[in-house]
Amino acid sequence: MTALVNIHDLKKSFTQPEGGKLLVLDISEFQIAKGEQVAMIGQSGGGKTTLLHLIAGLLSPDQGSIQIDGIETNGLSEEGRDRFRAETIGYVFQTFNLLPAFTAIENVRLGMAFGSGKHQHARAGDLLARVGLQDRFNYRPGQLSVGQQQRVAIARSLAGRPKLLLADEPTANVDPSSADSVLELIRDTCHEEEVSLLTVTHDMQIASRFDRIEKLDEINQVDHTTASS
Amino acid sequence: MSLIHIAWRNFCHRALSSFLTTFSLALGVGLVVLVLSIYGVISEAFTRNASVGYNLVVGPKGSPLQLTLNSVFYLSQPIENLPYTEYMEFLPQDERASMVSRFGGDPKLAERDGRYAPYIAGGFAIPLALGDYFGEFRVVGTTPDFFTKLKHGPNVDEDFTFSQGRAFSNFSRESSYFEAVLGARVAKEMNVVLGEKFYPTHGDPSGQGHEQGFTIVGILDPTGTPNDRAAFVNLEGFYLMEGHAKPIERDPEENGEDLLDEAVNAEESNEEQSDTDAQNDSPTADAIATGSKSNGVPLVQNEAENSGSVADSTPDTIESQSSVEEHRVLSIPEREVTSILIRNGNIMFAPGMQNAINEGIRAQAAAPIGEINKLMNLVVGPLLTALLAITGITCAVAAVGILVSIYNSMNDRRRDIAIMRALGARRTTVTSIIIFESFQVALIGTIAGWLLAHTAIVLYSGKIEDQTGVQVGFFTTSNYEILVLPLVLGLALIAALLPAWAAYRTDVGSNLSA
Repeated sequence: MTALVNIHDLKKSFTQPEGGKLLVLDISEFQIAKGEQVAMIGQSGGGKTTLLHLIAGLLSPDQGSIQIDGIETNGLSEEGRDRFRAETIGYVFQTFNLLPAFTAIENVRLGMAFGSGKHQHARAGDLLARVGLQDRFNYRPGQLSVGQQQRVAIARSLAGRPKLLLADEPTANVDPSSADSVLELIRDTCHEEEVSLLTVTHDMQIASRFDRIEKLDEINQVDHTTASS
Repeated sequence: MSLIHIAWRNFCHRALSSFLTTFSLALGVGLVVLVLSIYGVISEAFTRNASVGYNLVVGPKGSPLQLTLNSVFYLSQPIENLPYTEYMEFLPQDERASMVSRFGGDPKLAERDGRYAPYIAGGFAIPLALGDYFGEFRVVGTTPDFFTKLKHGPNVDEDFTFSQGRAFSNFSRESSYFEAVLGARVAKEMNVVLGEKFYPTHGDPSGQGHEQGFTIVGILDPTGTPNDRAAFVNLEGFYLMEGHAKPIERDPEENGEDLLDEAVNAEESNEEQSDTDAQNDSPTADAIATGSKSNGVPLVQNEAENSGSVADSTPDTIESQSSVEEHRVLSIPEREVTSILIRNGNIMFAPGMQNAINEGIRAQAAAPIGEINKLMNLVVGPLLTALLAITGITCAVAAVGILVSIYNSMNDRRRDIAIMRALGARRTTVTSIIIFESFQVALIGTIAGWLLAHTAIVLYSGKIEDQTGVQVGFFTTSNYEILVLPLVLGLALIAALLPAWAAYRTDVGSNLSA
């Protein structure tokens, strides 16, 4: 199977307030195949979110290589990475991060607002309908339940037709009864859209449903007991 | 979804803050537009009214601006008076002869053309006598020519028309020399009607009232000129009011001698300026004496009989005798004029005539438009510039309000910016959104301010028209208003720079995790 994401000798450290640098990630090899759904598990502060930010191009590595769909993202300018992210990567946040000024449909449209492709307003509606919110188009985030907000966030992450969806503990803030449906929604939609999925979680039960489970502690050569993200 | 739409959503999301910021800017812009409009109205009012059918104003030596203000706009105080002979210098021989015959004076005056008459050729000279008031409005003594020869309107081609009545005549059987025509605003504010009499006050609005009243025989239609604010009376009647005749000793025994002295004094001054035969301007005692005996103190009856130009009186001399015989018209030496409105038949002669008059020692000639332009440039312009500067500062303060509003919101919006960055927005994109928000405040504030100002102008348009004669509508704009929007957008851009820079530097990672 062809790799969509190919990480090689990746290192990332942060400057500490008291001076000096703290190495957080040191990953020699990590791949995600096209269409594959991977669960990354690890303890809090283990560098999971940092890894997602590096893959999304929101952070630059100290060294190493991150190739996505054959593109070396580390070699792109910041503007190039932004454009690449808009067109290639979807992101679902733990806290949903919907913009409160915008309605549900507008939040979804934001997901396709910054790419170079045509704005497909109909797709925003289709996605909201697919996540069961066809009657909530014009609701603002504050008027939606937590579960509905996460559904909007999922729809938004897929709006730009990404090749890779990064989900950062997508069920952490959802009540247990909704967690399953949210997770299944993400997985099913990614499957339908042929989108590769990397979900980070610390919940083994959730991770068990994925094609592959990666333990960050095992691939990260940094002693996670001293690392922080 | 366009960036403008995103900016608009952010604008709406902080509705109260956005409204207050926009409202403060609208007030600032409204003030600027009002000041510009007022400047436009004042400019138009002064410039338009400075060209009401004549090109020069002649008066005594002094400030040409004051001469223009009191003779054209009926503002300020008259400088002094000119002898009637100075007015006669603008008239051809036949008219001068007629005046000597009717009023009495040095017969030599009738023997030549006025010194400036050749310059007038085809134009006119209309005398004004100022000094009295009707309420707060100026009483203007003049001749019926005022209503037949002067024009007004944007193209200075409209005759005076009357909403009621007619122009006063030189003499009428019913009212003798005491007829008056009121400007539209005078009639409205003084609440008088045709046929009523009014009694001018001497010197200032609260001065001593004259015993002699004037019968209102006509009310002018509004002209949009200072003439709306004037009460016009027959010059002959004006002269006949107590205290208006130039004092001359009238001892019957020495009457001729006194008149001679007066006439000589007047004519000697003219003589110094004259390039005509000096002997023509040297009256003899006999001449004045003769004049005074035959014409110097004529009864109205005599005057009416002698003058073919006094149309109303001539056919009805006998009937009118009883009502008017107590009045005599003043002799030429007793007469003075405050100023003379001049229109040259050929405008090319105006500069030459103006120079000739100004080189003399008694009179000056002023071009009203030039004086008003000086007034605008030296006084009104700087005042309005200062006003504009103050209102401009108001706009700058409003722009600081935009900065504070958006910058304060940045703390709440760092997360939103980080989310948009995570969705693929570039730094320049989020920066643009902030600038668009500032532009939206500027655009809405400018439009709202413009609408507020012009609504206010329309609400007061009636009063503005009454006061200045300038008609203003909702879309009456000054030339400078077109600059307001780009200037405010420029201010908005400057105001947006700081918050835009903050947006540009927003760290995505830390704010997404916050």
